[in-house]
Amino acid sequence: MLVVKNISKTFNPGTVNEKQALRGLSLTLADGDFVTVIGGNGAGKSTLLNAIAGTWQVDEGQIIIDGMDVTKLPEHKRAAFLGRVFQDPMNGTAATMGIEENLALALRRGHRRTLKSGIVNSERKLYRDLLAKLNLGLENRLTSKVGLLSGGQRQALTLLMATLEKPKLLLLDEHTAALDPKTAAKVLETTETIVNQDHLTTLMITHNMKDAIQIGNRLIMMNEGQIIYDVAGEEKKRLTVEDLLHKFAEASGGAFANDRMILAK
Amino acid sequence: MISLLNALPGAVAQGLIWGIMAIGVYLTYRILDIADLTVDGSLCTGGAVCIMLMLSGYNVWAALFGALLAGMVSGLATGLLHTFMGIPAILAGILTQLGLYSTNLKTMGKANQAINVDKFDLLVSLRFTKNVPFYKNTIVIVAILIIVLIVFLYWFFGTELGCSLRATGCNDKMARAQGINTSLNRVLGLMISNGLVALSGALLAQYQGFADINMGRGAIVIGLAAVIIGEAVFGRIFHNFGFRLLGVVLGSIIYYLVLQFVIWMGIDTDLLKLLSAVVVAIFLAIPTWKDRYFSKPVKKGGKS
Repeated sequence: MLVVKNISKTFNPGTVNEKQALRGLSLTLADGDFVTVIGGNGAGKSTLLNAIAGTWQVDEGQIIIDGMDVTKLPEHKRAAFLGRVFQDPMNGTAATMGIEENLALALRRGHRRTLKSGIVNSERKLYRDLLAKLNLGLENRLTSKVGLLSGGQRQALTLLMATLEKPKLLLLDEHTAALDPKTAAKVLETTETIVNQDHLTTLMITHNMKDAIQIGNRLIMMNEGQIIYDVAGEEKKRLTVEDLLHKFAEASGGAFANDRMILAK
Repeated sequence: MISLLNALPGAVAQGLIWGIMAIGVYLTYRILDIADLTVDGSLCTGGAVCIMLMLSGYNVWAALFGALLAGMVSGLATGLLHTFMGIPAILAGILTQLGLYSTNLKTMGKANQAINVDKFDLLVSLRFTKNVPFYKNTIVIVAILIIVLIVFLYWFFGTELGCSLRATGCNDKMARAQGINTSLNRVLGLMISNGLVALSGALLAQYQGFADINMGRGAIVIGLAAVIIGEAVFGRIFHNFGFRLLGVVLGSIIYYLVLQFVIWMGIDTDLLKLLSAVVVAIFLAIPTWKDRYFSKPVKKGGKS
């Protein structure tokens, strides 16, 4: 479903702030893979997701989604194949627009936006049904402005928007990191439900090692712009947090440098 | 007192004409979240194009349409400077505005071009605010034009394209993630906005009987004043988008009524622009001041 071939990205080349964020990284995801991504601060996790999403162009390498080379496609065109949820709940939705208007925008992802009505009545039933499944009471607040919702509600809504028009690949960038533990658990549960029911190929960055082990069928660990550990299937299920920390020290020659991850242990 | 009452129809007519301009400012400032300074130039562009087209024998409607198109081209210029060339929006607007000074001069051939209301079939004029049949009354004509424009904009911002434009202004990261071409939308929004501003300039030039190279100076401030007054006075009762636009037009009328009142009070008219600037500055500061000095220390949900 996704083939990333040897991609590199350097930020601020030639300056004191030069940062080699991705160094010849390659990754192949099979159809239906649910991959969790962990790594220390500045390991290049978000950079990898942004490279796939096309936030900027990579310096080298190739990105292929479902057989189509998207390396040169701008961000808004790649969006036709991608569903994205960001770390900051403010980023995924339009605050001054209603819940149904946000969903209607998402339903039209990958389609030409014409002068037809931006939302038609028949869609509302679909939205109400989908929102009801979230169990957040949003199904009766279709016209409420999204800015009035809590972070958790917004993140759940963003998740719904990302998967409303079934994406070829779902990119989750620490989408529960900004939420309180209880809400985070709920959003994560919703994530699993949606991913499983639509068999979505998913790449999920997380700072929680337990989640990374328990969720999905494959786990990759990143360090300094490269994948240093890639494990799937039964072997992944048998992992423990200690294994991961050990693996990290072994591969990187240093202790795990991610404050949040150590706290979340 | 009589002189004040006599001046009222004129103030309302001017307020209505500037109201169209204020709608344009509302679209960029509130919907696209851009303070577009192009308008100081494109207002005059509209006036200049309209007057020159009429002087060369074109029908008033053709002249208005020409002004609208010229305004949209100005918006296109700012839009391309901003998106294609990556120049910050404010600076892009200033650059276009400066360039427009020259093109406006070239359009008119000199700094001021008058048009005679007796020789040309003008749609609106100073003279048509009183003692004319209602269908020729400037206030009625501009009011109808505004209603048509608001209905059109209400429809447009409800379409798929219009919704994507609103999303662009609200959260461009989200918009791009939903497959929206935010650059294209910004350009489109600037074109619509400056088209309206130029249309307003075209009506203003007819109304005052001349187009002048300086007629757009400080237009952005008047536009902002109208937007802010409209929101302050009608914000709590007008929630629907169409009514919000109407609120902006009413804000513009209030601005001109207050201006007329201040003039009647005998203020030195040289000071009017300073007064406008101070009033707008204070109103723009209110949200910040509210947050800083009057907000209750309650925790908000999430990170909002």
